[in-house]
Amino acid sequence: MKEYSFYPGCSSQKGASAENYMRSTNSISKELGFKLNDIPDWNCCSASIGYAGGGELPRLVLSARNLALSEQAHPKQDVVATCAACWLATREAKERLEHDKSLFAEANIALKEAGLQLKNDQGKNIRHMVEVLIEDFGYEEIKKHVKKPLEGIKIAGYVGCQTNRPFGIAGESFENPMYLDKLTETLGADPVKNYDKKVSCCGGALAFSEPEKSQALIKDIIGAAYDGGADMIVTPCPVCQMNVEVYQDQINQKYGTKFKIPVVYYSTLMSVAFGQSAKEAALDGQVIPAKQLEQIAAK
Amino acid sequence: MSEQYRNNFLREVEKNVEEGEWVKMCMQCGVCSGSCPLGPHWEHPPQEIFMMIRANKREEVLTSSSMWMCTSCYNCMARCPRGLPITHIMHGLAHYAKRIGIAPKEQPTAKFAQKFWDNLAKKGRVNELKLGLALYFMNGFSEGVKTSLKMKDIGLGMLKTKRMNPLEILGGHGVKDQSGFQKMLQKATELESARVGKEQGK
Repeated sequence: MKEYSFYPGCSSQKGASAENYMRSTNSISKELGFKLNDIPDWNCCSASIGYAGGGELPRLVLSARNLALSEQAHPKQDVVATCAACWLATREAKERLEHDKSLFAEANIALKEAGLQLKNDQGKNIRHMVEVLIEDFGYEEIKKHVKKPLEGIKIAGYVGCQTNRPFGIAGESFENPMYLDKLTETLGADPVKNYDKKVSCCGGALAFSEPEKSQALIKDIIGAAYDGGADMIVTPCPVCQMNVEVYQDQINQKYGTKFKIPVVYYSTLMSVAFGQSAKEAALDGQVIPAKQLEQIAAK
Repeated sequence: MSEQYRNNFLREVEKNVEEGEWVKMCMQCGVCSGSCPLGPHWEHPPQEIFMMIRANKREEVLTSSSMWMCTSCYNCMARCPRGLPITHIMHGLAHYAKRIGIAPKEQPTAKFAQKFWDNLAKKGRVNELKLGLALYFMNGFSEGVKTSLKMKDIGLGMLKTKRMNPLEILGGHGVKDQSGFQKMLQKATELESARVGKEQGK
């Protein structure tokens, strides 16, 4: 069985905003047969908004601690994250520490205070869950596990920012990555072609601090999905998911729109298509219920 | 400390700002500014910031709200023909302005980003409930009550779907090795201060 050193991240914890992402991911790992070994005692990566209080080294050290713990507990296993920000921060930190010897030395001085050492010599890759699914399993293999194809559901694949830039998924373009569309197609659904806002920004953390500016962006992301005839939106990112799902009422109030479109994780789609229960697919985590998926899960 | 850089803000940025050594590579094409989702709200878009640094406009750059408009979407960085890590430079400039105490005080993202850091640094993991409350009440009590009411339905939706846990207020998630985690962060902060200068702003 394939095993990975898993970095769950803050939002996936029990009672946190993306617990449903974690639950549905666990259910697809059971079906496909891979094991996620949690990095013991992992900490927050500081995402992309920690920079006000945290300087370069304190932020890098956060990821360095996770990597050191991963080296210790799961030597040579690739680090895998489901959260876009976790993946990005960890991969950035690893690369910067590889390229900058003095930062690497300083990071290890700080790590020593916690009784840890980062070697950065195990050839670990820092990967997003989507990469694992596409590269280690592949569309063909995923298709074999589809028991209840998502027939007749039109889905806008909202890739967003941080699973797409600056690293992205190998072989995909920044401007028009196709993996989400290919995945929804593999599951039997109908991807929206030429979804205009596929890689546009939802405001990220600024949805909290600049709600009006961010909601203007979110309005266009949802509007374009409706324009493409979408029944729902799928995304690989916890911040995208929450931002696009939970502000629809406020946007309707402000702009006079009538948005009410479910926003789901790819893992929820896969779980339903794999014939797992609504609970396993975490459909109870939808603030805007995905009724078509509920119906398929109940079949 | 800024004395040694008098009339040379570019050198100050190269020395003290994360990825600052890239600034001189900008060729003023403007792709970054045109690619920014919040572009229209930047007082000075990235392209302009780069030119202002070279033109020695220290005060105007560091006191600007511009860099705090970065959503970290990495569009500028993915498209920059010169390969500048623009997102990181904007974060670096924002952090440096804060560190030397001249970042705009009432800028909402500057305040929220600080609260995010304080929240995660406290126990090693983000406490989403406390972060949310800190955000709602960051402009005082009465504003906080108003914001909380406005956000009530969103909170209820998260609660109902078990994506928010009211018990987090009592402590919540954190790393087990608190002492090691705190000592590590303390040491990293010390090392950085020795290199860049002490932090002032909060």
